[in-house]
Amino acid sequence: MKLRKKVYMVAGYNTISLGTGRKEFNPKKPRPGIDEYMKEAGQGVLKQIGGAKNVDESVVGNFIAARFNRQGNLAAFMPMIDPELRYKPAVRVEGACGSGALALATGIKSVLAETADVVLVIGVEVQNTVKAIYGADILAAAGWALDRKEGHAYYFPGKFSDRAKAYQAKFGHDKAREAMAQWYVNAIENARTCPTAQEYHNTTVDLFATGMTPPNPKGFVDSLNIFDCSKVSDGASGIAIVSEEGLKRVGIPKSQAIEVLGVGQAEEDLTKPPDDPTILATTREAVKKALESAGVIKEQLGTVECHDCFTIAGILAVEAIGFAPHGGGADFILQGHTKRNGKIPFNTTGGLVGWGHPTGGTGVHQAVTILEQLTGKAGDSQVPITSERPYGLTINMGGDDKSLVAIVFKKAE
Amino acid sequence: MNYTERLSNVAVLGAAGKMGSGILLLTALEMADLSLKPENKGKAFVINAIDVSREALIGLMRYIRAQALKAAEKKSVQLRAAYADRADLIDNEEIIRQYVEDVLLTIHPSVNLEAAYQATLVFEAVKEDPEVKVKLLSQIDGNNPNKPWYFTNTSSIPISELDEKAGLGGRIIGFHFYNPPAVQKLVEVIKSRHTLPEVEEFAMQYAKNLRKVVVPSADFAGFIGNGHFMRDALHGIHEAEKLTGEVTLPEAIYMINKVSQEYLVRPMGIFQLIDYVGVDVCQYIMSVMNPYLKDEDLHSDFLDKLIGQGVKGGQYSDGSQKDGILKYEKGKPVGVYNPDTGNYMSFQELQAACDAKLGPFPTSLKPWKSVAFSGKADEIMKGIYDEMKGLDTLGARLAKAYARRSKEIGLQLVDAQVAFTEKDVNTVLLTGFFHAYGPINNYLD
Repeated sequence: MKLRKKVYMVAGYNTISLGTGRKEFNPKKPRPGIDEYMKEAGQGVLKQIGGAKNVDESVVGNFIAARFNRQGNLAAFMPMIDPELRYKPAVRVEGACGSGALALATGIKSVLAETADVVLVIGVEVQNTVKAIYGADILAAAGWALDRKEGHAYYFPGKFSDRAKAYQAKFGHDKAREAMAQWYVNAIENARTCPTAQEYHNTTVDLFATGMTPPNPKGFVDSLNIFDCSKVSDGASGIAIVSEEGLKRVGIPKSQAIEVLGVGQAEEDLTKPPDDPTILATTREAVKKALESAGVIKEQLGTVECHDCFTIAGILAVEAIGFAPHGGGADFILQGHTKRNGKIPFNTTGGLVGWGHPTGGTGVHQAVTILEQLTGKAGDSQVPITSERPYGLTINMGGDDKSLVAIVFKKAE
Repeated sequence: MNYTERLSNVAVLGAAGKMGSGILLLTALEMADLSLKPENKGKAFVINAIDVSREALIGLMRYIRAQALKAAEKKSVQLRAAYADRADLIDNEEIIRQYVEDVLLTIHPSVNLEAAYQATLVFEAVKEDPEVKVKLLSQIDGNNPNKPWYFTNTSSIPISELDEKAGLGGRIIGFHFYNPPAVQKLVEVIKSRHTLPEVEEFAMQYAKNLRKVVVPSADFAGFIGNGHFMRDALHGIHEAEKLTGEVTLPEAIYMINKVSQEYLVRPMGIFQLIDYVGVDVCQYIMSVMNPYLKDEDLHSDFLDKLIGQGVKGGQYSDGSQKDGILKYEKGKPVGVYNPDTGNYMSFQELQAACDAKLGPFPTSLKPWKSVAFSGKADEIMKGIYDEMKGLDTLGARLAKAYARRSKEIGLQLVDAQVAFTEKDVNTVLLTGFFHAYGPINNYLD
């Protein structure tokens, strides 16, 4: 995407990612509904930007509230967040688990099109309304419906288990297994630094041993254990996308803003299986576009938020960005390069495995994490951002490498 | 007749009872799984749920539906494969619903014994009364042309006696589930003097398919489970009665219940366990066992008195605990019955004084749950008993005496060849009674 004018993001806000692992979570007790998550995230942003009067329009990213919550027409929740949003434009966008970043891309386009100077973006999903086995049915809508019958009971874990199996067969079973376990370790360690993370309360002593738990094909999938998977999450994230004029209007200094330098958006055919299951080809394409449009090379990246819905997806993302050659991602991770003190820290608040994966909210959560990191506001999660590597990258994926948005950011100057 | 054919027409007697409903559930699930195998497609599988109460049968069907749903949710991965040929079933939800429907379709509820007249396998889980059991088994056997096999769930009556009196010619085996059958891993398997080898072989296959732990027991009244439990309960009752020199009976019951739960690290105190099984059921089992025992009187005046006053315990149909020797709130004991007044005294009234009499609580004690699921129960229990060995408080003395008696009962069962090994006794207590450790141990040596 060519950026014909400057676009910034400010005023990030995350609710907690609620689900198993959080002390507040009790499956038998009532929990906040999708409207409450949207309200919390929306108001969290509005408070920082001088109120809803400064907002021109809104975008909601959500995958499938129509089934998890029996709720459609989510854009009409915006005036509930603040009466001053009444009669202002709002739209909901959907691209499965990539809905959040699609919402960001939509907001960016509004600013570029000069139809808005301030866009409020919320990503949200509330999934603990059904048991995981039924949630698997709902989430399977991110794949091709005609493939569902042939698919696994746990449809998406099945898809990525197939990728893990292929990767293990091609590049070594044990090494890949260890790299997946190491990815889990990093995710939990990072989540423990972030109070809103679903795994913030995790106290497991030997995380690597937990990550090495053998898969149980009879009860789950062939090549992944449950720790390889992001959990079922309820959560919302919000952020404001603003123009140069918008930044002045909301009264936020550039020191607390990040600039969008490049956006890479890519779609792949939903009806086709991947050409090579050991490659995230669409991810690779989206990242390439984002870096090119930003005029940045991967060696200049200081931190990455990638879409690790499963640990194997983390390994494949490392390769898709080009940090390691095909088949070299496992080594790269085992050498510690993606840890928070490594060469290129990944998913500094835990990513999808550690922070949580409220599907439609994830893309926005990734942008909020990058905003915090690049402006020095990440608290205990902060990693050093140097002048040699000042850029941040987010990758948000919908389906099995189908709907991709990658964004390159830099602290505003 | 192979395994599958044997399970194609089954009857469960007493199907709506506590044990019968669990047996029905497990068997119906096993039959539904068999019916889904490609080689069995199109074959009819029938399980006749026979009970005297129509109301209870309606409740039974509700229970089965809820439990079959849970089972289906757990095995969705296999069910997706089993229903692969059904193009109309796509989502897990559709597959799960179909499975529940298929389970329910195998079950034919009936209040008439005639429903068992075509069965090839009969599970018997009626009242623990030898006469009733013999009468029902003889009647079915006299009217059923299939020479069916009989699995009796008796927990105390010798199988040989049922076999001989009902004239079954060895087509019977004791297959004693623990309560609740759907949860408890243990079954005691007891052969009569005449049990046919093919009946035993089938029983072992069936137990394996249900993923049960089998402990063989000799055909002696009470077998291992009740052989231990009834004597263990009498010990508790006698200890409480002994204490009444110093304290009131409700206080003594409170103290022994506390010692047998918290000091012995068991899931329930002995009086709570008697309530759980049912005061009347315990009395009845003792009366069934007693005639077979020499030099031993398995009987309690205390239980007789309670039953005379209408104190019975047991459970409501939803599984919640009825008041018995103890009073319950949300399943937890909160009071104790006073036979002199006919009222319950709350634990709060007597707790402080009783706990003081028992003496300081041993510091190494841990709740049953954290020991049983720790993976190192043996090590923890050694530490606990090491501490208790050095203590001379009333609580520790009662606990040590209790543990010694429990071990003695176990060894006695082995001596009398009711149990074939010491390990079998421990397995029954570990898996059937959920103890954290076996009674035959060397912790107090």
